[in-house]
Amino acid sequence: MTRPHDFGFDETAQILKDTARRLLQDHCSPEQLHRLVAASSEPARASECVWDEALWRKMLDLGWTAVAVPEALGGFGMGLVAIAGLVEEVGRAAAPSPLIATLCATYVAAACDSDAARQLLRRIAAGLSVSLAITDRRGSWEAGDCDVTASDAGVLNGTAWFVQDARKVGVLLVKARSSRGVGLYAVDVDAAGVTIVPDAIVDLTRDQAHVELRDVAVPAERVIVSPGDGARALAAAEPAILTILAADMVGAAEWQLQTTAEYARTRVQFERPIGFFQAVKHPLVDMMVKIDAARSLLYDAACAFDHEPGAAEVGARMAKSAASDAASYCSGRSVQLHGGIGFTWECFVHLWFKRQKHNEVLFGDAAHQRARLADRLLGRIGETA
Amino acid sequence: MTESAHSESPEQAAYRAHCKAWLAGNLPPRPSFRLPLGPLEIATEEQLEYLCAWQKAAYSAGLVGCDYPGEYGGGGLRDCQRIANHELKAAGAPFFPNIVGLGMAAPTIVHHGTEAQKRRLLPPLLAAEEIWCQGFSEPGAGSDLANVQTFAERDGEGWRVRGHKVWTTLAHFATWMILLCRTDRGRKYEGMTYFVAPVRAGVGKGLTIRPLVKMTGELGFNEVLFDDYPIGDDLRLDEVGRGWQVAMTTLLHERGAGSLVTPSSGGGVGDDNAATLGASGLVELAKRCHRAGKPASDDPRLRDAIVEMLIRERAFAQNERRAAVRALTDHPLRLPLQHKLTLSELLQDTARLACEIEGAAATLHQTDAHAPAAGRWPHAYMNSYGFTIAAGSNEVQRNILGERVLGLAKSK
Repeated sequence: MTRPHDFGFDETAQILKDTARRLLQDHCSPEQLHRLVAASSEPARASECVWDEALWRKMLDLGWTAVAVPEALGGFGMGLVAIAGLVEEVGRAAAPSPLIATLCATYVAAACDSDAARQLLRRIAAGLSVSLAITDRRGSWEAGDCDVTASDAGVLNGTAWFVQDARKVGVLLVKARSSRGVGLYAVDVDAAGVTIVPDAIVDLTRDQAHVELRDVAVPAERVIVSPGDGARALAAAEPAILTILAADMVGAAEWQLQTTAEYARTRVQFERPIGFFQAVKHPLVDMMVKIDAARSLLYDAACAFDHEPGAAEVGARMAKSAASDAASYCSGRSVQLHGGIGFTWECFVHLWFKRQKHNEVLFGDAAHQRARLADRLLGRIGETA
Repeated sequence: MTESAHSESPEQAAYRAHCKAWLAGNLPPRPSFRLPLGPLEIATEEQLEYLCAWQKAAYSAGLVGCDYPGEYGGGGLRDCQRIANHELKAAGAPFFPNIVGLGMAAPTIVHHGTEAQKRRLLPPLLAAEEIWCQGFSEPGAGSDLANVQTFAERDGEGWRVRGHKVWTTLAHFATWMILLCRTDRGRKYEGMTYFVAPVRAGVGKGLTIRPLVKMTGELGFNEVLFDDYPIGDDLRLDEVGRGWQVAMTTLLHERGAGSLVTPSSGGGVGDDNAATLGASGLVELAKRCHRAGKPASDDPRLRDAIVEMLIRERAFAQNERRAAVRALTDHPLRLPLQHKLTLSELLQDTARLACEIEGAAATLHQTDAHAPAAGRWPHAYMNSYGFTIAAGSNEVQRNILGERVLGLAKSK
């Protein structure tokens, strides 16, 4: 297969991205977002789940859960390049919603060849929100690392950790170990035996929880992947998940750049806008350079996923690494270059700072991605000579 | 990995096929002598002759200046030079020696020259029959280019030039120079005028070339001294006092942000080529070098650093790709104006990391028989500073990006 030189970013992708930009400008402006999620600075706020459900219904009306679902299953069947454009806008607005969790789960389900997976994808296209429950207590999402067990009869016990937006979704896609290997199970959040325990987190624009499962019986038609096939499905979806997270970070970093540049154009000290001073100007340019590198790698990764699956993992890890580094740098500079006001609760930059810090580490930070890339590109340690 | 001709017009597709076919049978044989790493390092007449013959052959086949109008020696095509560049690079072709001519003088002449100037100057430039050099920088006008003091004074129908230009690459081989002069000492930006000046023909007649020795010990740069050097008014480009605007056209193209794509081969010269000196070269180097008795490629910190360079190298290539996709670029100059900044820092950091990987062997000069990779990396590391400083130092590049793309207040 060949890769289109324009990444395959077509008119449909452009319309999706433009629509997202407008919707979020109208309904999730920085002022609206701050009023919504930062009304209180009380420490107890850390375990709250605050989001605009009316905005989510608008997203559903626009079919945003359907974009990545194949057309045969009632979705729009759009490429990851188009999804990346959409998620960039979500990141730019730092919008709280179960969209990113649902998109990640969509790619996992799409990598599973089963009637249960196809049924789940149809429901996602119709508006169901889903989150992955595949991470263990130590924060590992590697296939074999799992604190949930499945009996041969499909009864789940244990705890899934670091579940994103758990209190916004209807279904959890739970990874569980059994004697036959790792499987994936669709579990309703209100099913008997399921307890969602909120984590207190720093990021105000999402919620996170660990999910306790006690004797949760999953019927056969909800087994998305039979025990033994889960690892393959998760590995196939991982490039898409990394790319989606990179898109959120690139979009958020662009907001950080534009907002900080605007401040440097207007804030006057020593009789000049502070952007005059190279100690301010040059870091702003470095933010831009890092964002652009990450953004180009983002679309390269998405295009590879769509057109050249063999190159998808390397592309996605490069994008996640560059985006995590850009997110880290832009977050730090966005606060520092705003000066004293940037350090306050009332200034908007902390919302993006916190979202970026959360994104940076999800599914592996920059150094993790580079270590995995090194294994592929240089060979494993001890086997390289 | 291949990239499809997705959005190419029939003209472009046919042109790509022509480039591929011609390159398949017409790359020059490797010379018996060592070729320089890039146009800035051309040191001998035989190197120059070999490379000029190659540019002329590629020009005759339509691969150089194909987007220039036919009446000025070009191919009369539209948006095809980037295709030729891609195919030249893919074929591992040698670089074109007339780098100042192709990248700076030609687009400036197209935008600001008279009909007669275009017809006279462009065809031999594209064919590498006449080599060009750049007379912009002076001892007191480097990053602050608008401070040029070389003065052109009216002398009857023509001009007489007095002053001192520095860092003049290729001057010792050049037929022509693009020359930025002051013509009014009372005004800074409006007090400059742009000329094209004969170089070779003027030696000993008021023009003196003195070679500068670089930190590597190599030649390549020159000083050019003007002592009442006469220039005809027919060699003035654009109006008197418009020199700064003309120079901006030159610099925009030099920085890869101009409207005309510079003919470029990507600069492959056999085993000295850019790929060897790119980040991918680090992987093989790390497997051959040792650190604490183990392959350097087993060192976790070096592994991280190498992969980071591979990521930056890929990001640079993907920036180039994205720059052509209008829907995925915000400000039209945002990516083009980063080109020189990111590429020069990528090459510098890659070379520095290579020296670190080599360990003790990085002490060896390229003349030492035991130097790994023929001593290219420490040499490339030193030369990399030419790139981060030249063509507007990267500090100035950051000012330009901050001001033109982010709208920040001008530092000056």
